[in-house]
Amino acid sequence: MRKRQSTKTYTRLTHPLVRDSRDEPLRRATWDEALERTARGLAAARGAFGMFSCARATNEMNYVAQKFARVVMGTNNVDSCNRTCHAPSVAGLSAAFGSGGGTSSYEEIEHTDVIVMWGSNARFAHPIFFQHVLKGIRNGARMYAVDPRRTSTAEWAESWLGLNVGTDIPMAHAIGREIIHAGLANEAFIERATSGFEEYRALVEPWTLSLAEKVTGVPAAAIRELAHAYARAERAQLCWTLGITEHHNGTDNVRALINLSLLTGHVGRYGAGLQPLRGQNNVQGGGDMGAIPNRLPGFQDILDADTRLKFESAWDTVIQPHYGLNLTEMFEAMEEGTLRAVYCIGENPAQSEADSGQAVRRLQALDFLVVQDIFLTKTAELADVVLPATAGWAETEGTTTNSERRVQRVRRAVTPPGEAREDIDIICDLAARLGHAWKYADAEAVWNELRSVSPDHYGMTYERLEEHQGIQWPCPSTERLEPAYLHGRLWETDPAKRGRLAPFGLVQHDPPVDLTDEEYPIRLTTGRRLDSYNTGVQSGGFASPLRRGEYVELCPEDAERYGVVVGEEVRVTSRRGSVVAPVWVDPALRPGLAFMTMHFPDEVDTNQLTIEANCPIAGTAEFKASAIRIEKLPVATIVR
Amino acid sequence: MDLHFGDSKPTDDERAAVDALLGPPESSWEGADRSDADLRWARGGREARDRRDLLLPGLHAINDRVGWISEGALDYLCRRLTVPPAEAYGVATFYAMFSVRPRPATVLHVCTDLACQAAGAAELCAGIEARLGAGVSIERSPCLGLCERAPAALAIRAGDPVRTAVSAPTTVHEAVLAATSPDSAPEEPPAAMAVPQAGSPGLTLLRRVGVVDPSSLDDYRAHGGYTALRRAFELGPAGVIREVTDSGLVGRGGAAFPTGRKWQATASQPDHPHYLVCNADESEPGTFKDRVIMEGDPYALVEAMTVAAYATGAHKGYLYLRGEYPRALHRLEHAITQARARGLLGDDVLGQGYAFDIEIRRGAGAYICGEETALFNSIEGYRGEPRSKPPFPVEKGLFGKPTVENNVETLVNVLPILTMGAPAYAAIGTEKSTGPKLFCVSGSVERPGIYELPFGATLGELLELAGVRQGLRAVLLGGAAGGFVRADELGIPLTFEGTREAGTTLGSGVVMAFDDTVPLPRLLLRIAEFFRDESCGQCVPCRVGTVRQEEALHRIVERTGAAAADDIALLREVGRAMRDASICGLGQTAWNAVESAIDRLGAYE
Amino acid sequence: MTAIPLGVPRRLVEFTIDGEEARVPEGSTVLDACRAAGKDIPTLCQGDTLTPKNACRVCMVEVEGSRTLVPACSRRAEPGMAVHTDTERARHSRKLVLELLASSVDLSTTPQVAGWIKEYEAKPDRFGPDAARLGEEPKVDNDLYVRDYDKCILCYKCVDACGEQWQNTFAISVAGRGFDARIAVEHDAPLTDSACVYCGNCIEVCPTGALSFKSEFDMRAAGTWDESQQTETTTVCAYCGVGCNLTLHVQDNEIVKVTSPHDNPVTHGNLCIKGRFGYQHVQNRD
Repeated sequence: MRKRQSTKTYTRLTHPLVRDSRDEPLRRATWDEALERTARGLAAARGAFGMFSCARATNEMNYVAQKFARVVMGTNNVDSCNRTCHAPSVAGLSAAFGSGGGTSSYEEIEHTDVIVMWGSNARFAHPIFFQHVLKGIRNGARMYAVDPRRTSTAEWAESWLGLNVGTDIPMAHAIGREIIHAGLANEAFIERATSGFEEYRALVEPWTLSLAEKVTGVPAAAIRELAHAYARAERAQLCWTLGITEHHNGTDNVRALINLSLLTGHVGRYGAGLQPLRGQNNVQGGGDMGAIPNRLPGFQDILDADTRLKFESAWDTVIQPHYGLNLTEMFEAMEEGTLRAVYCIGENPAQSEADSGQAVRRLQALDFLVVQDIFLTKTAELADVVLPATAGWAETEGTTTNSERRVQRVRRAVTPPGEAREDIDIICDLAARLGHAWKYADAEAVWNELRSVSPDHYGMTYERLEEHQGIQWPCPSTERLEPAYLHGRLWETDPAKRGRLAPFGLVQHDPPVDLTDEEYPIRLTTGRRLDSYNTGVQSGGFASPLRRGEYVELCPEDAERYGVVVGEEVRVTSRRGSVVAPVWVDPALRPGLAFMTMHFPDEVDTNQLTIEANCPIAGTAEFKASAIRIEKLPVATIVR
Repeated sequence: MDLHFGDSKPTDDERAAVDALLGPPESSWEGADRSDADLRWARGGREARDRRDLLLPGLHAINDRVGWISEGALDYLCRRLTVPPAEAYGVATFYAMFSVRPRPATVLHVCTDLACQAAGAAELCAGIEARLGAGVSIERSPCLGLCERAPAALAIRAGDPVRTAVSAPTTVHEAVLAATSPDSAPEEPPAAMAVPQAGSPGLTLLRRVGVVDPSSLDDYRAHGGYTALRRAFELGPAGVIREVTDSGLVGRGGAAFPTGRKWQATASQPDHPHYLVCNADESEPGTFKDRVIMEGDPYALVEAMTVAAYATGAHKGYLYLRGEYPRALHRLEHAITQARARGLLGDDVLGQGYAFDIEIRRGAGAYICGEETALFNSIEGYRGEPRSKPPFPVEKGLFGKPTVENNVETLVNVLPILTMGAPAYAAIGTEKSTGPKLFCVSGSVERPGIYELPFGATLGELLELAGVRQGLRAVLLGGAAGGFVRADELGIPLTFEGTREAGTTLGSGVVMAFDDTVPLPRLLLRIAEFFRDESCGQCVPCRVGTVRQEEALHRIVERTGAAAADDIALLREVGRAMRDASICGLGQTAWNAVESAIDRLGAYE
Repeated sequence: MTAIPLGVPRRLVEFTIDGEEARVPEGSTVLDACRAAGKDIPTLCQGDTLTPKNACRVCMVEVEGSRTLVPACSRRAEPGMAVHTDTERARHSRKLVLELLASSVDLSTTPQVAGWIKEYEAKPDRFGPDAARLGEEPKVDNDLYVRDYDKCILCYKCVDACGEQWQNTFAISVAGRGFDARIAVEHDAPLTDSACVYCGNCIEVCPTGALSFKSEFDMRAAGTWDESQQTETTTVCAYCGVGCNLTLHVQDNEIVKVTSPHDNPVTHGNLCIKGRFGYQHVQNRD
């Protein structure tokens, strides 16, 4: 049963490819030809250019990529796949605290009293983080899980709350109200470190436990228990993953959770904090390096004139004094025709975007698309030029930044195949062809340039990163290390040291855009499996005994209702697309709730079903909530 | 916990057996039908994980009902208790009385250990196997604790309820009868039959055996029962410990540690709760004294446990009873129920505002579980492997809490200490070994059984009392873990210091006599087989050493002198490493008896 | 606000090792102290990321006043203790443990053991040609790793790593008893029917090579495994955002094995299936 493995296996790109015209296939080319074509293609699209940087490549590469966009192409249109996952976390955290990183470090969760895992199946998606959680549990912490599915993570919980998809805000508001009404709010902290409490109190007041029970589907007693456990804990950690962010109102969801930490003072202390778990090896670092449209390296705001001035003098350029387009907006701009060329490094938007059919159409309509990758991905197949790169983690030197803001060294262990070149090398070559001769002796030279413009990274020399097995930002000094948690300032007695108060987020419940109805009665939610990763390009390369390919997972009751059995193929249809997938039965689901992943897009393209309904603040799509219907096929096909 | 379960489902019988122990499942996550409420809220966490100690009772429940433990049954039990199936499988395969392969509902355990071997167990087994068909599983068993009635057999027929029949002394005919119709097997003789001195004046520990009705609490009280507990409440916990300390009582399980000191050390631990554990896993070959007390005077143990718990600040006591003692189990279950009904156990013992209760846990065929820390692991639902010490049980014992663990005989000594007072008790026996002592006499004697003598009587006096037969060749003191003495060493005083001076041990009080017809090398081989079978396997010296010891003894079973010299040298080296480097007493003593036979008896010369 | 816990300052314990004064922080083991003092004591079941199990008994030392030898790996140093690491008694015990193991288990891939056998003059052959051995065949039931229990010394490290101490998957346990005890999944099923999640954290701690990457197993079978030709490079995993450190073992430009530094604050030597085994994509070169 488990043995089925028809996953597509990708082989490495070993030489550049070009396409002589739209209708012709890609053919082998020399580097010179490929780069020359690229330079021409990009030069022609100045003013209508977008850069897709890579959340899996090194900090150094991201730094150079964003610099390429800003200096060579003169645009802030640079973004990466963090948009499809954790941009709402960054937006929400920076709105509350002025900084977009998780506030705690892994080790702290081993020494906390209550852990809330909200919309996070870390047992599968972040297994080694979950080991720290398990240490905490073994040390006596009580864990609570909020998730529509009773996941492996939830099975470790004292209490699992199986809410309706997209009702996180009602749940959070009801918890907040209960905390206030039970007299468990941390008044001293609220008074000293936050703003907007009275408005928040009024906002949550209608969210009684019984109303929340009605909307979320979770018994009032369970919500009450979680509220009391979280508020009464001396230390508590609130962790979330994409179950919170991949909604059309992801940033609001994040704010609703942050409110709970403000209400109870569970932030800015050892063992008490907020932990968004990042989905890719350098999604934190990509943003930190400025590979996002609104921030310069070091998470410094583009709208700040002094900051711009600093970079303008360092880079000898003029920086556009406005935010660029984010990934989602760039796709919309393609539709409108105002974005005509894209430089895509290491991303696979043709399969990773919600409503992938639409994404492919838009990429095909570009004047020029250059893809730099280690494989000929579905996106690369659409490109005019394909540039073979090295694998960031095993074939290059550099650094990445993890979910606890720890910058760590990556090192070259194997020699890249064929003519593949390092990302930085390729970008610099292109920059030179477009009139900017950058000279970096090596990755460390890039890093040292970054250190000179980013105070939070200044203290992290390669030597120190080696010595400490990575250093967490902020690290402004080469002499000392800062506490591993952020925002200790909120507890300062001196208002000057305390800094900006953390505002409560006044956010309203807004149900999923894609409503279920008689025609599409099933709520489809998505997630990750233990042994697979994203679109499967990397994880498809090894023979996992756990892998069984893509399935649409149904609860036993629904399977019975549709008269389908495990392995039987069914048609799954949303308002946007339709796929055929075999059935798996999972008791962790309940009637009306189905689950799929996007790990096997070549077998079952789940993102044809998902909805491109985006968070207006962060631009993240609502991968977690689509409405579908299941149809038994006329002739049953059983896949085994 | 995110446990993984296979596709096997329990049968209705298996499910019912588990549910009878644990109650019906509360949610679909535990194995009930799915309900809407389950799909919105699930409880788990610490509370769910805290039920691990019910694993061993759960395995018993299945094995008692069906006779073996299937995949579906194990999975269901694991789901109910939040225990990983791999770990439960490790536990189930640890115990000799369980099977994870299908087998007949009836299992006949035929004792082939020392006393029974000397009484013809080999021929008995052969005879039984020839008579019984495939409907009964015949298992050669280590000592069943029925040495006074050797040879012995125990039939267990799974069902609802499980039926047992003890046949001893048995014959092929009677053993077959017990196995084929355990319900109609003749009643076992009363426990008093194992006490040749029964009814004689001057007995202290055995004075009620054969005198009182073991099922009657009133009869027990009519014979002085519960006066010790009343006295204990007068003295207060510290006073009880002082009396026990002053009495000079030391543990009777084999290690001879001062009981008062152990109690004091436990009582003074700041960590709570404290636990009391009674070690009734009497498995040392040749030992059966605890069984006789539990069968003949069960309330004495209940009272003594209450006193010990009161003194050490425990409110919960576990009585870990070896799985091969069905009658002791029934007697104690009855006694505890009666005591509870009369307020002698429960929230308010004797109306003194002190809460105490006792839970019986059955062993399942593992000698190692008599080791105190292995016993804790067994109760907690883990494999019965010894823990490393320190920390000692008084500090971190059962469930990691301060625990006092005493043997049955040790505990029942506390009653006379309190009723007669420490000075009077200490006047019995010798200066260093105070009080009365029980001896398990078996083998080549006319009147095998339990004898009570004050410490200080000689080996010869004891054997005379038991009617030693002609042609005595050797006496095994202390069981398989003890040592042999010669027939000309009967002057050894039966005290801790006396046996130590003589270079041997009193151990648990086993005195097994062998005449010159018993082939010594075969006997030693049986001892070596016993240790090989019973080694838990945790540490290398014991796991492999007991195998190498058995192999060497096997090689020289027919050899003597120079032909055996190399292997004897090898045995000495292996034995020394086992003694020096094994984790627990099992490995450390596994070479004792063989060594004494070589050095003292001149075996293989 | 709560201060950062710096840990309670630890007192120092003073005692002697082989007659020399030793001072170690309270809670240190005798082995810690011996290693700090530069004394080499052989160990097999001891693991730097695991609670000592002291099952192999090869690290036994003599402590004055103790009836038996004591395991250096787990016994904590106590004030006034007098430890002797190299007495005849301790050496005898180590020699016998090595003989007992080598006569029953395939130690051909256990690092250092050949040296110890020589040093302690152990003669595993003296138990004769009929001495019982484990007699296990390698279990090759998946494409990622192999369990060759003929090489298993039953040190419990894989069980502890899979269980409560790290992974909490509990796919394996010790089953059976005594010499017949083996590491097994429930019902002795193949790995693919078990709770195993293929994190390989058991391989990471296995001291004898009983557990190995399929790549290592195959290369050893083909005679191409050559550690002297391998480089070890520590980098960061290419999958999720946790940032696990991977040490890539590379031979002939092929990744042949992945480990993780045991002192790494993110992993403590542990990885998941993707980090441990998900490297193949970079070397799908044609």
